Order: sequence, then structure tokens, then C-alpha cells
Amino acid sequence: MTASFEPIVGRYLNLDLLGRPHRLYVEEAGAGIPLLCLHTAGSDARQYRGVLNDARVTADYRVIAFDMPWHGKSSPPVGWQDEEYRLTSRDYVRMIVEVADALGLDKPVVMGCSIGGRIVLHLAHEHPERFRALIGLESAAHVAPYYDVSWLHRPDVHGGEVCAGVVSGLIAPTAPEAERWETLWHYMQGGPGVFKGDLYFYKVDGDIRDRVDQIDTRRCPLYLLTGEYDYSCTTEGTLDVARRTGADATIMKGLGHFPMSEEPGRFLSYLMPVLKRIRDA
Amino acid sequence: MIERIADLVNADERLVWRGRFVHTTFLIEIGEAGYLVRIVDGRVVAVTPGPFVTPNYSFALRAPRDAWETFWQKLPPPGFNDLFALFKRGLLRIEGDLHPLMANLLYFKDVLASPRKVAS
Repeated sequence: MTASFEPIVGRYLNLDLLGRPHRLYVEEAGAGIPLLCLHTAGSDARQYRGVLNDARVTADYRVIAFDMPWHGKSSPPVGWQDEEYRLTSRDYVRMIVEVADALGLDKPVVMGCSIGGRIVLHLAHEHPERFRALIGLESAAHVAPYYDVSWLHRPDVHGGEVCAGVVSGLIAPTAPEAERWETLWHYMQGGPGVFKGDLYFYKVDGDIRDRVDQIDTRRCPLYLLTGEYDYSCTTEGTLDVARRTGADATIMKGLGHFPMSEEPGRFLSYLMPVLKRIRDA
Repeated sequence: MIERIADLVNADERLVWRGRFVHTTFLIEIGEAGYLVRIVDGRVVAVTPGPFVTPNYSFALRAPRDAWETFWQKLPPPGFNDLFALFKRGLLRIEGDLHPLMANLLYFKDVLASPRKVAS
């Protein structure tokens, strides 16, 4: 094959986040409306490779995807060895706002998946004026714990293998093998306890059932896209949020919990109309 | 279907390799019918049908027959494509010492799904 660079540019951003110095890995491509992308629990921004590399998207959008602290190529904060990582709603919202401010983004669109799909509901509730639109992938107001997450972080079980094992069935069975196994590889590379720490937000602290009715989608449009094979954030969970908020919801056929990475082409066929509507609004 | 699991797993060299440290016996219940599946070094060496007097196993997987049959379809519908999907729907019960299962989760998921390879 001929060697070629992708249009994605990755850089390290030094900034204060949550009152502490951080070194954050940020990738971007394109120019136009800022589109800030949030990865799933226990993974990193490589999940958005298909979106960042799609010329139809980057013609109108400046696509930005960052690895959250502790994830991917972003470092944990100094002193991490003496603390247990646990993501909370308050920190997650603040992190997104602080990253958007540090990058000087003017009314960005935020698109997040899974935990990212949940946090956009918090953003819609707390900061609707700050965003041009919000896109929740695999978004539900709450997911009840259904297995013991302590398996994800203990010395007698390989963390990378068990994290991939836990999420493997969330990928649609029709996903191409290359993309399925790359999606799992990201999980296999997560740091010890990081996926478990994210799930504290997903399954406990991030429960927003009591505030969903207060989300006003006239102040900030909300789009929801959920894969039919997702049994974590279920299609019922997404449709419930849509019914209660007036959000625009679509169930995506042949996709699961990681639409942007498990089959980017199929996902983009659902995302492009949403991006067009946001651009033309 | 379950009787064929030994041939299907043992013929898959990479699956056996992935389970090369697995040495256990687990119980699978398909409706009322129980089977003890013995695994040594990633190979299925015995599938023993019940009834059992004092079955000895590490963990048990119990689901109704129609749930397993849907799970074993070549292209299972949403909610039936994975052990955890069945589990979250309340169709599958997982009990016992889960360490062998969780420490080798990708292996066991593919072992249990192996009948799909010969599904029509």
C-alpha cells in the first residue's frame, strides 16, 4: 500500500482542569462549526477516527476529540497513584466546559457516546445556552448495574481482557471484524481501574432521571442516535428520554453501543443528516 | 446443539489458545436439561448430560431452552446476541465461583456461542 497521512492532527494541550494541571491529548480535523466528541467509558478518542477522517463532515465542521484524563494518551493528574479514579457528573460537566473554553470554542456542538451520551443530557439541563446543539449516542437517563464491576479491577483478573470481554457483546454481530477488534483493543489498553471509575458515573452518580423532564430542547436542540443491539443503553431508554424532552431520536439498525468505531460508514449514514440539520438551522 | 460444543471448540485453534490456561468444569442448564462441560487447557474434554446426584462445577449458566436456541441463531436478534445481553434481560442466571468465567470472558463467550458456527 502507498504510505499516506490521515488529515487528523494530534497535539498535547496543557491546561488546568478541575483545579489541577493536566496534559491532555487532543485530535482534530476540519474547519467550521466546532464539534467536540466524547468517547465511551474506559476507551479513548480513537473511537472517532471515522468521523475525523470523513471529508463530508470536516467540510463544515471542525471535529475535535480529546482523551479524557486517565484515558488514551492523556495522563492522569500528578499524585494519581494515591487516589482511586471515580468520574462524577459535576467533574465531567466541568471538564467539558473547561476544555471547550481552553480551546476557545464558540457555541460548539457536543457529541458523546455512552457516558458521553449521558453527559450531554446533563449539559442540556445545566448549560443549554453554551452549545449550538447536543448529540447523544447510546444515551439514556440511567442504566442500572447488572454485573459486579469489581471484576474490572483486581489483580487476579487481567483488566484489559475483562474490560474487552464485558463490552464485546455490545457491538452488533454484523460489525466488520477489523472494526470490532479495534474497538475491543481500545478497551484492552485502558489503565487499571479506569473503566470501573467511569462506570461510577454511568451507573451511579450520573443518574439524571429526576431532571430529564426539565430539559428544554427549544433552548438547545438535542439529537439521540442509538444502536438496536445496545443492551446497556437500551433503545427503550433512549426513546424514553426523547418522549420526555422532545429530542429527535433515531434507532440505528445494525449497530450497537459503539456506532462510531464498530462500523463508521454505517454510523455516518445516520450522523450526516443530523449534522446537516444542525448546520442549516 | 450443546453436544457439538466439544468438536466446535476444539477445531478452533485460536479459541483453544485463548483458553490455554482454563482448567475447570461448568454447568450449563438448557431449560430442565443440565450438562457438565469439562475444559482442560482450553479444550473441551467432556460434555456430560445430567441428571446429576452431586454435580461438582465452578460456575453455572441457566436459561430457558428457547433463550439458548435464539442465542444460537446464526444472526441472533438484539437482546440475544451475547451472554451479558441474556443476563441483563433476566433470561440467564450466572451463579457460583465466577473467577474462571470473568478471567477468561472472551474465551467463554465464544465457547458458548460456538453452536452459531453450524446454525442454518
